[in-house]
Amino acid sequence: MSLLTLSGSPHLQTDRSVRGIMFDVVIALIPALLVSMWFFGLGALKVTLVAVIACVFFEWLITKYLLKAASTVGDGSAIVTGILLAFNLPSNLPAWIIIVGALVSIGVAKMSFGGLGKNPFNPALVGRVFLLISFPVDMTSWPVPRFEGYMSLGGITDAITGPTPLALLKAEKLAELPGYVDVLLGNMGGCLGEVSAAALLLGALYMLYRKVITWHIPVSYLGAVVLFSGILWLVNPGIYVDPLFHLMTGGIMLGAFYMATDMVTSPMSKKGMLLFGFGCGILTILIRVFGAYPEGVSFAILIMNAFVPLINKYMKPKRFGEAVQNG
Amino acid sequence: MKTFTFTLGGIHPEENKISEHSPVERLEIPGQLFVPITQHLGAPAKVLVNKGDQVKTGQLIARGEAFISANIHAPGTGKVSKIDVHPDQSGYRKTMVVIDVDETEVWEDGIDTGTSIIRSIPYAKEEIIQKIKEMGIVGLGGATFPTHVKLMIPDGKKVETLIINGVECEPYLTSDHRVMLERAEEMLVGVQILMKGLGVNRAVIGIEKNKPDAIAHLSTMAAGFPGIEVAPLMVKYPQGAEKQLIKSILNREVPSGKLPLDVGCVVSNAGTALAVYEAVQKNKPLIERVVTVTGKNVKHPCNLLVRVGTPIQALIDKAGGLPENSGKVISGGPMMGKALNTLEAPVTKGTSGILVMQQGESLRKEVQNCIRCAKCTQVCPMGLEPYLLAQEAKLEKWDMAEADKVMDCIECGSCLYTCPSGRPLLDYIRVGKSKVGNIIRTRKN
Ligand code: SF4
Ligand code: SF4
Repeated sequence: MSLLTLSGSPHLQTDRSVRGIMFDVVIALIPALLVSMWFFGLGALKVTLVAVIACVFFEWLITKYLLKAASTVGDGSAIVTGILLAFNLPSNLPAWIIIVGALVSIGVAKMSFGGLGKNPFNPALVGRVFLLISFPVDMTSWPVPRFEGYMSLGGITDAITGPTPLALLKAEKLAELPGYVDVLLGNMGGCLGEVSAAALLLGALYMLYRKVITWHIPVSYLGAVVLFSGILWLVNPGIYVDPLFHLMTGGIMLGAFYMATDMVTSPMSKKGMLLFGFGCGILTILIRVFGAYPEGVSFAILIMNAFVPLINKYMKPKRFGEAVQNG
Repeated sequence: MKTFTFTLGGIHPEENKISEHSPVERLEIPGQLFVPITQHLGAPAKVLVNKGDQVKTGQLIARGEAFISANIHAPGTGKVSKIDVHPDQSGYRKTMVVIDVDETEVWEDGIDTGTSIIRSIPYAKEEIIQKIKEMGIVGLGGATFPTHVKLMIPDGKKVETLIINGVECEPYLTSDHRVMLERAEEMLVGVQILMKGLGVNRAVIGIEKNKPDAIAHLSTMAAGFPGIEVAPLMVKYPQGAEKQLIKSILNREVPSGKLPLDVGCVVSNAGTALAVYEAVQKNKPLIERVVTVTGKNVKHPCNLLVRVGTPIQALIDKAGGLPENSGKVISGGPMMGKALNTLEAPVTKGTSGILVMQQGESLRKEVQNCIRCAKCTQVCPMGLEPYLLAQEAKLEKWDMAEADKVMDCIECGSCLYTCPSGRPLLDYIRVGKSKVGNIIRTRKN
């Protein structure tokens, strides 16, 4: 009878795995990838492929030759980092810059802390911000998408670049802003994954359905954006744009649903998640409106990432039996 | 009909109630019975018989003398061949009374073995408690707390409601389900006896909605028993955990470190109510119980009425033998049951089921880094942070574990079940609980 396995209860475990969760995130990102290919042509696919392959390669290299540990590439998190990094880049970025970004994301922001689960900052955002600071010109010349009713397979020539709506805003060129339909569909200048709010929302719904994310962070994030930018707009509609415009431009959708919700770098309790999302939203608008950069999502989320340990320490989940009820 | 449930956490493992339609069959008494003298929570009972003694079925063979302890009766007729150690379900060798069973069964005087149902309860509160104590009744849900102790309400406490746990939220198990279907009337009389023993006039039977037949049957039957209601409960594990069940039915939360008594109720299990009926109305001690024998590969999954002390091997044989690729045998359900290392161990008063798992099912997942997904926190029915408690236990930060309420953990296993990284959360938390428990005890002394 010594053949029987002995272990503590429970004797059942869910089928859900880290790999399955990461795979769900990849599925959720596909609609946005397709939309960005529609607008930016094969350049979008190229950027995504380079970023993913570089991220996976660096993780493999580091686990094998530096850490000399079992490879963690199979968990799929490097693929997610790669796609998210790509989604934060313009579609005409040279491959070597993307590879530098991937090295920073995986090497510096993730593996140096001990790999998946140990990193305090969102790896894709660290890579992105590193590139933004190191290569400001390449990172802010956005190809202009041209919606011509067909897939522009040849890609958009690098010559035609233009500002993002947020850059226009920063330059106080309100008259040149694109219309709502264009921003909703993604017909505007921007990073790969920042362009279509509709496609991002579709993917986000899938993640909510699969319970990869909960509503707390996106809702408090978007709520804070609407609240804060709404107050500014009401105070002076001449200088400030309305909240809807803020919501649908730049990286807010991508940030709120895919970056701020990153499990590893967001708080554990629901209360904590609400506070975290709220902080991200306020900081985003602060930077957009008063900061030096036109876009504030990456910085806002990274700053809030730094607060996560503190939030986890003080915002505990509601304990059973905490509020003594007698009714 | 209103459905009740608890609010914090919970999971939905596959139910796999394979044996739910198998009526209870009686398992023949084996040639030898191994009767442990500790089958309950509390002190061991004191053995009253000697080697060579002839005992009748239902005869008192060990007396529970401590305040929290319970009497043990002979589950068969025969000769006490030895009083010696024998492996129990924990795998350790414990003192047991071994009875070589005779061919013909002789019952102890005064025990009514007939099947007629006696409904009138001519006993006072004290008599009821006394009878329950004499007959060695303990909670059959698994905790095996002596029932008579539960009925003795300390001065200053007030109880208004008796909750009967017919939830059976563990996957696979069906013994309470069958009792509620097949012995409903006796069980309801048992509930009435418990109400009388407690001095309450309201009892609520909580049943998960995956047993619609039991809900319907008991609701109809309960019409003839004033004060007894049936509450259909949402199917969600651990709906049958005591604190969660009270929250579901009464919307009251038992505070940390307190008892159901402190929120005005007492919880007892459906099978226990039947045992109480037999004890009080029939003078029959707790010497047999219904045990589910099940598993995906088991040939004849079934519900067996088994004498306490029967080796588990006999139950498995009756269900078609141990399947070839068996990897694990569990006493109880898959969420909270114990893995057995020997099938020689006997059935006790607390054995609700025997579950045989295949080799593929019995090994844990590969352990990966915690990805801080918070799923363990979201499913914890006690609102704890299992990832953190496990970490604190690993780093031996006992004071932090105490502050983070490690002692509130009910060991339901929801966290370990849910973790996508396969982390052994509850294993660490158990270590934390035992260390912190010791620290608290030494501090008190
Ligand atoms: S075993 Fe303990 S910590 Fe884990 S979910 Fe259950 S109560 Fe919470
Ligand atoms: S469920 Fe597992 S991976 Fe997720 S936070 Fe808890 S311990 Fe970490």
